[in-house]
Amino acid sequence: MSANDLGLPDKGGPAQPLVIASDLTCHFPVRAGAFGPKKVVRAVDGVSFTIAKGETLGVVGESGCGKSTTARLMIGLIEATGGKIIYDGQELGADLSLRELRRGVQMVFQDSFASLNPRLTIEESIAFGPKVNGVDPAEARRIARDLLDRIGLDPARFAGRYPHELSGGQRQRVNIGRALAMRPRLVILDEAVSALDKSVEAQVLNLLADLRRDFDLTYMFISHDLNVVRYISDRLMVMYLGEVVEIGSAEALYERQAHPYTAALFSAMPSMDPDARTEVPPLAGDPPNPIDPPSGCRFHTRCPFAEEVCAARKPQVVTLGEGHQVACHMHDATSGHGKAAA
Amino acid sequence: MTDATTEPVLRIAAQSQGYWAGVWRRVRRDPVTLVCGAILAALILAAIFAPWLGMADPYQGSMIRRLKPIGTAGHPFGTDELGRDMLARLIHGGRLTLFLGITPVVAAFAIGTTLGLIAGYVGGWVNTIIMRTVDVFFAFPSVLLAIAISGALGAGIVNSLVSLTIVFIPPITRVAESVTASVRKLDYVDAARASGAGDFTIVRVHVLGNVMGPIFVYATSLTSVCMIIAAGLSFLGLGVKPPEPEWGLMLNTLRTAIYVNPWVAALPGVMIFITSLCLNLMSDGLRSAMNVRQ
Amino acid sequence: MLGYLLRRLIYAVPVAIGVSLICFLLVHIAPGDPLVAVMPIDATAEQEAEMRAVYGFDKPLPVQFGIWLGNAVQGDLGKSIATGRPVGAEVARAVANTLLLAAAASVIGFPLGLLLGFMAGYLNNTAWDRAITALAIGGVSTPNYWLGMVLVIVFSVSLGWLPSMGAGPGGSGDWSWDWAHVRHLILPAVTLAVVPMGIVMRTTRALVADILDQDFVQALEAKGMTRAGILRHVARNAAPTALSVIGLQLGYLLGGSILIETVFNWPGSGYLLSVAILQRDLPMLQGTILVLAMFFVALNLIVDLLQSVIDPRISRA
Repeated sequence: MSANDLGLPDKGGPAQPLVIASDLTCHFPVRAGAFGPKKVVRAVDGVSFTIAKGETLGVVGESGCGKSTTARLMIGLIEATGGKIIYDGQELGADLSLRELRRGVQMVFQDSFASLNPRLTIEESIAFGPKVNGVDPAEARRIARDLLDRIGLDPARFAGRYPHELSGGQRQRVNIGRALAMRPRLVILDEAVSALDKSVEAQVLNLLADLRRDFDLTYMFISHDLNVVRYISDRLMVMYLGEVVEIGSAEALYERQAHPYTAALFSAMPSMDPDARTEVPPLAGDPPNPIDPPSGCRFHTRCPFAEEVCAARKPQVVTLGEGHQVACHMHDATSGHGKAAA
Repeated sequence: MTDATTEPVLRIAAQSQGYWAGVWRRVRRDPVTLVCGAILAALILAAIFAPWLGMADPYQGSMIRRLKPIGTAGHPFGTDELGRDMLARLIHGGRLTLFLGITPVVAAFAIGTTLGLIAGYVGGWVNTIIMRTVDVFFAFPSVLLAIAISGALGAGIVNSLVSLTIVFIPPITRVAESVTASVRKLDYVDAARASGAGDFTIVRVHVLGNVMGPIFVYATSLTSVCMIIAAGLSFLGLGVKPPEPEWGLMLNTLRTAIYVNPWVAALPGVMIFITSLCLNLMSDGLRSAMNVRQ
Repeated sequence: MLGYLLRRLIYAVPVAIGVSLICFLLVHIAPGDPLVAVMPIDATAEQEAEMRAVYGFDKPLPVQFGIWLGNAVQGDLGKSIATGRPVGAEVARAVANTLLLAAAASVIGFPLGLLLGFMAGYLNNTAWDRAITALAIGGVSTPNYWLGMVLVIVFSVSLGWLPSMGAGPGGSGDWSWDWAHVRHLILPAVTLAVVPMGIVMRTTRALVADILDQDFVQALEAKGMTRAGILRHVARNAAPTALSVIGLQLGYLLGGSILIETVFNWPGSGYLLSVAILQRDLPMLQGTILVLAMFFVALNLIVDLLQSVIDPRISRA
């Protein structure tokens, strides 16, 4: 088996989204103590989105909003309690096995140190994936060295090094190389640059942009840093307490944040322009506990525009413009919210 | 912090070294560990090659030469209650005492690591069964458990080995389980799963190498305890049977001699103490050289 | 909090049952017919039949375990083969002496271990630290039965200051707090205290050095807290772990006393055990070990509960 047999060939053509996630749900059972009542953490609760071939979907939200859980669902590290994942037209579990999915989707984790085995040289770490998928060791080594070169680490100098001998930025490059060794079409970057210094972060982001072009990649870019997400993403998805509250193209969302939560996130983003004042008050307090999420719209406990309807009913998803969707009563003419556009 | 592509090469290139090279480099700079290692090596070699060292017969006594003091001509460490040469018996005694101190830990290391790996990696009800059983054994102080099992099985070398192995499986399993469970949560294990590797491959390549160090260091710290308990079993008459030379048993049979020739009677204990001290110091040295946290 | 206490209590039940199962099985792992193990060698056929009925050896093992456990809960641990007397009464008397010895060793070992360990941790990397650490590792490495012999050689044989054997005039069971008795307690208690003292010293030293290294200590220093105040903070942070180590070592005292009691002919459970082993008196062995192990289970329970009182993180977890 050679490197070319890794990964999955294109099946659905350019119009078919690479990934369709529909109504993804992941509930973890928890118990308050051995005899406490059984409860459920609604980490991801009915999340739907698509990722087109070649685009970058940015995912933002506070910690604990279900970003990382969604990522782990997409690569099969956690089993979904409900919903469907359709990869290039094939449904996971029906037309597509987990093993096959993993050849098409790879992930880069936040902690560059914890995601590399300290006992393996970086070359061995990168070659591991191809090897376990049947590529012969010499060929896997060649793949690893090519990738090291490609991610900006001279194989002659770096191949035999161990993770602790690299800087954080270098390690994260290795993690990207390790993901690419599987020839994936979708790479999930879970806070992949969040732990890096700003200067290093910019270099890695540039590398990611280059790799996307050269390897024809699709990214799902998860971050809490809106500045970074904006820089790299074509579309944005905003999550709050396990649900998608708003999704749309990066420009559209930048121009107009339909959901008060999105608006609050954007206003909290430090602006380069001191005259750019925000009208929306910054978010106060912490997100509620996902074990007992608030009724109706989950954001109503922190929303400056909350009315009775927000606590009573779950908002419908409303389409505002092309691909711009929001789940908020204020944009649903039928909701009865005082600010709802007639 | 700067990144690779812009940073001048501060490190001399290709100076990369593996984990074990680093451990050895640190051990080499630690005189206490080196000295203890040398003493232990000498004791073990002397024990192995005891029959060929040209010493007196450790079994052959002489009634007219009983309990000679230390420094007697021909018997530098005196003679025991049956007139046997103490030096020969002390050197030969190391064979059984060291064997009984090390073998159970090695066996328990193999069994406990396997159980702990399974419990820690598989989790769920498998973990519950293994760890709750371990908890029950933990409810016995180790000396008590060793004496209980040996007392029921009866005296003898094999029975001692069995009971000591059973005593040390639970603590090693517990350490192995907790280390495995923490390694299992690390992102590189997830990354390996995401690349489609099977559980067996993940354990072999990614888990084993990273859990063995801490378990090994812990096991070495048990060796001195094991030897002290093993000699203690013989001291109680539950281990090695006379006339075999074994430090614990020698202490027991010489107890009556403390009124006649006390310092000769204390000698086997000195051997146990020195060995156990060296084992503990070496284990401490390994712990810091291998960067294992307690 | 209350929930935690309750859960911890309930969790102790299966452990206790497991412990008694192991004790029960001791007789059955002994080589040969278990009946032979519990029978006097010169038993008649009638005695044999009686014993078989008493122990229920004709019934399946789980039933036997049930019967045995039921008897044990009511304090009936069977009869000694050697003396024919009920094991329960003998063990009760012996365990009282063992607890006396263990308590004396605790009073000597733990405060000293805590104090020296705290000092060594606070004076990290000084000559004091190294001296105390050397003392601790020496203590941990000592075979205590040998140390007992050495102390006897020095203080009884050579100097003649303290007695080497027994628990005072009149043998066992009539302890009183006068010099005639207490002088018998000194050597075995000191011997027994050495290993736990070393372990407590080592743990406390590592703990204190570790805590002093933490950021919050620097914060306290920066805001101008006195040295005594900082030490109080360190002690509070070290207390839960130190307590759990002490709890474990209390259990060690129960186990370690077996050998010490043999050295000093102290009429406790260890001495009872070593006699039972010599005479292959399995009911006695089984009963003594059951009682000691149950003490250990109870001890662990108490330590855990105490720990949850002084460390609020535990009960909330």
